[in-house]
Amino acid sequence: MRWSKSAPRTFVAPASSRRSRGSPVPPLLAFTIAILLASTLLLSGAPEEKHISVYSNAANYSLPVLERNLTEYVGLLEIFEPLGVVSAKLNGTHWKFRYYEVESDFTAGSTHARIRGIDVELPSVFLLENGRGLVPLSSLSTLLPRILGGPVTFNPPARRLLIGNVAVHFTAQVSKTTPPKLVMNFTAPVNPTIAAEPGRLRMVFSREALVAPGSQALTFDSKIIPSASFQESNGAAELIINSTLPLMASFSNDGRTITVEPPPQAAATPPALPPPAPASSTPAAVSSSVGATPPVPSIPRRYFAVIDPSHGGEERGAAVTDQIAEKDVTLALGRRLRQELDTRGLSTLLLRDGDSTLSLDQRASLTNSAHPAIYICVHAASQGMGVRVYTALVPLAAENRGPFLGWDAAQSSFQLVSRAAGTSVAKQLQSKQISVRSLIAPLRPLNNVTTAAIAIEVAPPSDDVSQLNSPAYQQLVAAAVAAGVADARDKLEAGR
Amino acid sequence: MIARHLVLGVAVLLAIALSMSFYVWRMRGRVDRAEFSATNTLPVAPPVSGSTEQINLYVAYDDAGALRPKLTRIPLPAGRQERAAELLHALLSLYLDKFSPHPLGAGSEIRDVYMVDPGLAVIDLNAAFADTHRSGVLVEDLTIASLIETLAANIPGIARVKILVDGKERETLAGHADLSNFYEVSAITQLVSELQTQ
Repeated sequence: MRWSKSAPRTFVAPASSRRSRGSPVPPLLAFTIAILLASTLLLSGAPEEKHISVYSNAANYSLPVLERNLTEYVGLLEIFEPLGVVSAKLNGTHWKFRYYEVESDFTAGSTHARIRGIDVELPSVFLLENGRGLVPLSSLSTLLPRILGGPVTFNPPARRLLIGNVAVHFTAQVSKTTPPKLVMNFTAPVNPTIAAEPGRLRMVFSREALVAPGSQALTFDSKIIPSASFQESNGAAELIINSTLPLMASFSNDGRTITVEPPPQAAATPPALPPPAPASSTPAAVSSSVGATPPVPSIPRRYFAVIDPSHGGEERGAAVTDQIAEKDVTLALGRRLRQELDTRGLSTLLLRDGDSTLSLDQRASLTNSAHPAIYICVHAASQGMGVRVYTALVPLAAENRGPFLGWDAAQSSFQLVSRAAGTSVAKQLQSKQISVRSLIAPLRPLNNVTTAAIAIEVAPPSDDVSQLNSPAYQQLVAAAVAAGVADARDKLEAGR
Repeated sequence: MIARHLVLGVAVLLAIALSMSFYVWRMRGRVDRAEFSATNTLPVAPPVSGSTEQINLYVAYDDAGALRPKLTRIPLPAGRQERAAELLHALLSLYLDKFSPHPLGAGSEIRDVYMVDPGLAVIDLNAAFADTHRSGVLVEDLTIASLIETLAANIPGIARVKILVDGKERETLAGHADLSNFYEVSAITQLVSELQTQ
């Protein structure tokens, strides 16, 4: 769970404090109001830190933006350091900057600079702070092409700087299928932070040089996904997809394609139905209402299980052997487990059904959006034998405050049901003569998941590590895990 | 006949040249020793002098996938921070041994241990420790539990532990064990008790 920006606040004095012009406010009351206003302003939090994002073929990085004399500044050396060989020398008030063979000369407190021997005027004065040279942010579009000798695209309001031909473009199209799917194709792999909000799905691209399509507002011929919008701010691009149903995103084509669609169960619900009130969004609340006179609209069905084949894409995981990567074994195991759960009538979502990269936060967010009864994370290892079943070791610093769950302690309320599921799975594995151990582990994203969550680490059945890739062994493990989950179905449904 | 002042001058210059040669020879020896210690990546051995104390190292055994206490005696300094560093160096020397029950990569080292009151210990590993660590849930858990439980069992008052790599926060040790959060010693003790039973 992440903090979201709060709505702009307005302050209205209580009616009792509004007085006619003829009666001045007593000093004590005025003092109290002043203290309250000051406290509110202080508690409203520090302003968001400003950043500039730089995208280049050498590296993508983010730098802090400083405000001096109401002008935004950035360190020139910091801009160039990741791009190549740089050096700076201070000579009195002159700051000599060198990027490879290109020499520049800036003067503290002056708007005049020389680059490659040519005079350049800065929009505001150059600043020196502890030997660090600061240039106005708005001067980057002038300075960088001269120093780098190549094209630079700078968007000052959004503070996004693209050096060279690094822009990532995308197309978005809604299919006419039922339910509709929004398919977005990107010119390079992307890995945005995804947050599901009521009525929309928000994707934030802070590591990718994503640029706007032809229009910033996209409209689609679909009642379920009618529109999307693109915006840029504080060094990141944001894509907001509006929808009348909850949406889920899945990655394919090595992260070059994102498909956004309602989960099948949500799509089965007529879109005209109002979203269920928070109090009725849990099965417990529904069953308690059944005895009451007014009938409660049936809540949308959800996935029973979410399977997360760990690692993937650039992240290979452990090298099980020289030829076998953990990410491939987990995907194969995940697919078999999905099949086994499906045959037992348990609807299952596989988070990764290809070689795509998903961050730990994305895995947790996608799982929490799907509201499953259980999350099963699949790992593989060459050490030891049999299967190890893990539940979360919830970190100390993460506390839940009132109705808000701390991101790192989101699992704390579900530990009992997670252990029950783990025990049931271990029992089934034992019954198949598979060596099994149950442990807790500091293994993300188990602690970020708001449902029963277990991880299985599958090791080979004997000293022969290649057996880990044996279809027969994988099928045996998948069937036992699925049987254990099915056995715990009632407890999992109750803990949902 | 050579003038007397010339003879004296030559003798003085000869003496200076000889003494400078001796000085340069000594300095060269010192530089060689300093370069050796800078490139030596093995953990610093505990001080050999002074009285020894009995400690309990929690040692990981990969074969059994278990963590077991091992009583041993090493010389320990007086300060808490120095004791913590010596304890972890003693543990690490076991893991870097030729017959290690839980081998770590070459060059693995504990850069520093900081004791921050109240009850917080910060272990700073070097990059080689994490970069060469074997990847896997259990194998990484064993390392984490071994480091933390060894500290907590021998230095009273440690309630939380944070693990850094090269002075910076890292998401995981080698792809699995979480390093982004603080570890509660009581939770690790629970993990250790599970790791002691096979």
